[in-house]
Amino acid sequence: MTPIFQQAALLSPLPWGLPADASAHGSALDRHLLLNLWIALALLALAHLILLFGLLARGHTTQPSRLWRIEYLPLAALALLFATLTVKAERLWAAARYTGADPTALQVDATGMQFAWYFRYPGTDSTFGISRPQLVAPGEGNPLGIDPTDPHGADDLVTSELVLPSNRQVDLRLEAQDVIHGFSVPEMRLKQNAVPGQTIHLHFTPTTPGTYAILCTQLCGLGHYRMNASLRILPPDEFAEWLAAKQKTVQP
Amino acid sequence: MKRNPPTEASLRPEPYTQRSTLRSRLTDHRTIGLQYLLLALIAVVIGTTLSLLMRIHLVWPDWPLPLHGPILPEDYLALVTIHGTVMLFFVLTTAPQSGFGNLILPAQIGARHMAFPLLNAASFWLTAVALVTLLSSTFVPGGSAISGWTAYPPLSAIAAAGPGQGLGMDLWLLSIALFAIASTMSSINTLVTIIRCRCEGMTWDRLPLTVWGWFTAALLSIIAFSVLLAALLLLFCDRHAGTSFFLPTGDLVNGVLHGAGSHNGSPLLWLHLFWFFGHPEVYIAILPGMGLTSMLLANFSHRRVFAYGTMITTTLAIGLLGILLWGHHMFVAGLNPFASSAFSISTMAIALPASAKVLSWLATTWRSRPQYTTAMLFSLGFVSLFVTGGLTGPILAQPILDEYLHNTFFVVAHFHLIMAMAGVFALFAATYYWFPLITAQSGKSSRFMSEPLGRLHFWLTLIGAYATFLPMHLTGLAGEPRHYAQLTGVPGPDGSLSPAGHLLANTLPLNRHITYAAIFLATSQILFFVNLARSFRRGKLSPENPWQATTLEWHPALHPNAPSEASDEQIVVHCAPCQYRSMLTGDLFRPQWIPEDTLGVTPTIKPE
Repeated sequence: MTPIFQQAALLSPLPWGLPADASAHGSALDRHLLLNLWIALALLALAHLILLFGLLARGHTTQPSRLWRIEYLPLAALALLFATLTVKAERLWAAARYTGADPTALQVDATGMQFAWYFRYPGTDSTFGISRPQLVAPGEGNPLGIDPTDPHGADDLVTSELVLPSNRQVDLRLEAQDVIHGFSVPEMRLKQNAVPGQTIHLHFTPTTPGTYAILCTQLCGLGHYRMNASLRILPPDEFAEWLAAKQKTVQP
Repeated sequence: MKRNPPTEASLRPEPYTQRSTLRSRLTDHRTIGLQYLLLALIAVVIGTTLSLLMRIHLVWPDWPLPLHGPILPEDYLALVTIHGTVMLFFVLTTAPQSGFGNLILPAQIGARHMAFPLLNAASFWLTAVALVTLLSSTFVPGGSAISGWTAYPPLSAIAAAGPGQGLGMDLWLLSIALFAIASTMSSINTLVTIIRCRCEGMTWDRLPLTVWGWFTAALLSIIAFSVLLAALLLLFCDRHAGTSFFLPTGDLVNGVLHGAGSHNGSPLLWLHLFWFFGHPEVYIAILPGMGLTSMLLANFSHRRVFAYGTMITTTLAIGLLGILLWGHHMFVAGLNPFASSAFSISTMAIALPASAKVLSWLATTWRSRPQYTTAMLFSLGFVSLFVTGGLTGPILAQPILDEYLHNTFFVVAHFHLIMAMAGVFALFAATYYWFPLITAQSGKSSRFMSEPLGRLHFWLTLIGAYATFLPMHLTGLAGEPRHYAQLTGVPGPDGSLSPAGHLLANTLPLNRHITYAAIFLATSQILFFVNLARSFRRGKLSPENPWQATTLEWHPALHPNAPSEASDEQIVVHCAPCQYRSMLTGDLFRPQWIPEDTLGVTPTIKPE
C-alpha cells in the first residue's frame, strides 16, 4: 500500500500548498506527511461512506451482533496502520533529533528576544564568546550582551539575517533572552522553541539557495506577529565571500 | 454487583418536601444545572463574538471596533486569550459536565439529589465569580492577559513582558484558580453521587454511557484541576513573592533583569504542569459528549449500543491514556527527544479506543432506519466531526510531522473540529433531546423545541462548521502560524515586506473565505436562540417519554413535574439501557425501570 501512496504523492508534488522544501531532510518529511494526509483522507471518506450507506441504504437489518470481525478486525487493522506510521515517524525523528550535529557542521547561534531574532557566528577562532544578560545593550550594538573581556567574543559576528551555505550541515544553537520564542523555517521543515535558560541544539542541511522566511511560532507578546527574519542560503563560495567580508567589519 | 439498598434515602437529610425555601431552591440540582447552562450560554455568546472580532480583524485589519477604535496587536492577543479561556473552561467544561451533569445525571442513576447540595451550589457560584473575574480583566489598566489560555512563562510571569500581563494576568490567574476549585468541588460531588446514590438495581454495567462519561470526566477533573491549581499558585508566587519556579537565572525582559537569585527555574516546568492538566481537560470536555452520542444513536436507531461493555472500557481507557500523553504538546518545546518518542506512542495509542467508539457508532446505526430527530442529526454530526477532527490527531502525534505543523492553523483546525465543534454538537443534541425536561419546572409544561427549525439549524451549523474549519488545515499546511495579529503587510526587520510577510499574505484569500464562513456559522446560531425563546413558551407539548427512551431520566416518578407522592416511590432498575427489539408490527422498547414480566405490555413505537 505504501509505495502506491508515495507514488501518488510524487505525481502531484505539492497539492496541499506546502512551501517548497529546501532542506536535506525535508523530502522524507514531506513524503511522510503526504502519506499521512492521504491515509487520513481515505479513512475520512471510508467512515463517512459507511455512515451514509448505513443510513441511506434501503432495507432494514437487525442489529449486528457482536461479531469479532466487526469489532476487532477493523481495530486490529487500524492498530497495524498506526503502528506502521509510528515506526516510520520515529525513524525520521530519530534521524533528525537523536544524535547531535556532525563535528564539522557550521556553528551558528540564534537568539530570540521580543521581537527580533539575532544570529551569531563564532568567528575565526570557531568559539563563541561568553555573553551576559547584564551587558545586553542593543543601542550600543551589543544586543546579545557579548562580554568584551572574553577574547573569544572579539571576533564573534552578530547579524539580523541568517546566511548559510548550501549543502553543509548547520549546528544551530537556540537561545532566548526574555520569553519563550518559536524558531520556525517552513522551507527548512524546522521548528523548535527557544527557551530562556536553555541552549537547544538543532542541526539541518540547507540544499537549495534562496531567501526564506523565519517566523516566531510561540506566542511571545504583542509583537509576536512581526517577529520574523530572513534565511538566505548561498552557494558555498558566495557564502565564504560574504562571511569574509562580514568578518572584516569586526576584525579589520 | 448488588449494592446495599437504601443508600440514597440515608443520604437524604430529611424526608423530601416540596417546600420552596430559598435555600432548597438554590441547592436544587436542577436549578443549579440550569444556572450552569445559562452561564455557559452567556459565555458561548461572548466567546463567539470574540472569535468573530479576531476573524474580521485578520482579513480587514483597518476596521475599527465601534466604541473602541482600531484593534491593536495586544487587543488581538487579549481576544485570543479570553476566547480560548472562556470557551474551554466556561463552555466546554461547564455545560456538559456541570450543566447537564446536574440536570440529568441524578435522574439517570435513579437518584433524586446530588450527594452534596450545598457544595454543589457553592461550586456554581464560585464558577460564576470566576467568569465575572475573567471578564472584568478587560476593563483594568493594560487590559486582559495576552499570553493565551496556556499562559506560558516568562511571558505570564513578568508584568513588564507585555500589556495585560500586569493586573489583567493576575485576574486571569485568580479566575482560573477559582474555576479549578469549583471544578474539583463539583467533581467530588459527581463522583460521590454516582458511587453512592444509584438506585436499587443500577449496577455499574447498567449505567448509561452518559453516566460513564460524567464519571470518567469527574475522575480526570480531580486529578487535572488539582495540578493546575498548584501550578497557578507557583506562578502567582513567581509574580509576587520573588520565587523563580518558572524563571531562569538572568531572564532579561524589557531591559530589566529577573530571576537574579540563585534559584534557576525552568519555563518547561510550567509546560509540564499545565499540559498535565491541559490534555485531560480536553477529554473532560468531550467524554460526556461521547457517552451521549452512543446513547442517542441507540435510542433513535432503536438498537442496543453496539459492544456496550467495550464502550465502558474504552471510556475508561481514554481517561487513563488521557493523563499519559501531555508531552505531545511539547515535542518542539525543548523536551528530550526520547521523551517525545514516548509521548508520541502513548498518543497514537489513544487512537484505538477512540476508533473503537467510532466503530460502535457506525455499527449501531448501520441499516437501522433511524428516526431523524434534530437530536439524532446532531449526534450524527458529532460522529462526522469527531472522525474528521480525530483523523488529524495521529498526524500531529508524530513528532517529526509536528516539527512542521506545530502551532500552525492545522492544529487550530484539528482541535476546533474534534473538541469545539464536536463538543458543541453534543451540547446541541443534549438541548434538543432533553428540552422537555428543561422546560418542565415547578409545574410548567414539558415542551419540545421546534423540529423544523432545529433541522434547519443543524444543516446550517454543519455546513458552517466544515466551511470554517476545513480550510484552516490548508492555511496551516501553507505555514500560517497561530496567534498572529496581522497577516497583511507584516514587515521584516528592515521594514520592507519580508519573506515571512509574503508567506502570510499568500494565505489571505483562504483566510477571507474562513472569515465569511465563520460569520455564516455564527449567524446560523440565531436560529437556535429563536427556537429556544419560542419553544420555552409556545413549544409543542411533550408526553412523558417522548423519544421512547430507556433511561431513567424519563421515569414518570423522576419527572420534574411528578406529583409529590411520587417522591416516595422507590426507583428500581431491572435491566441495562437501550433494550430495543425489532418486531414486524413496530419496535419494542423496554425502559430500565420495567420489570421483565411486563415486557409484553410495553407500548409499541408507531412507525414514522
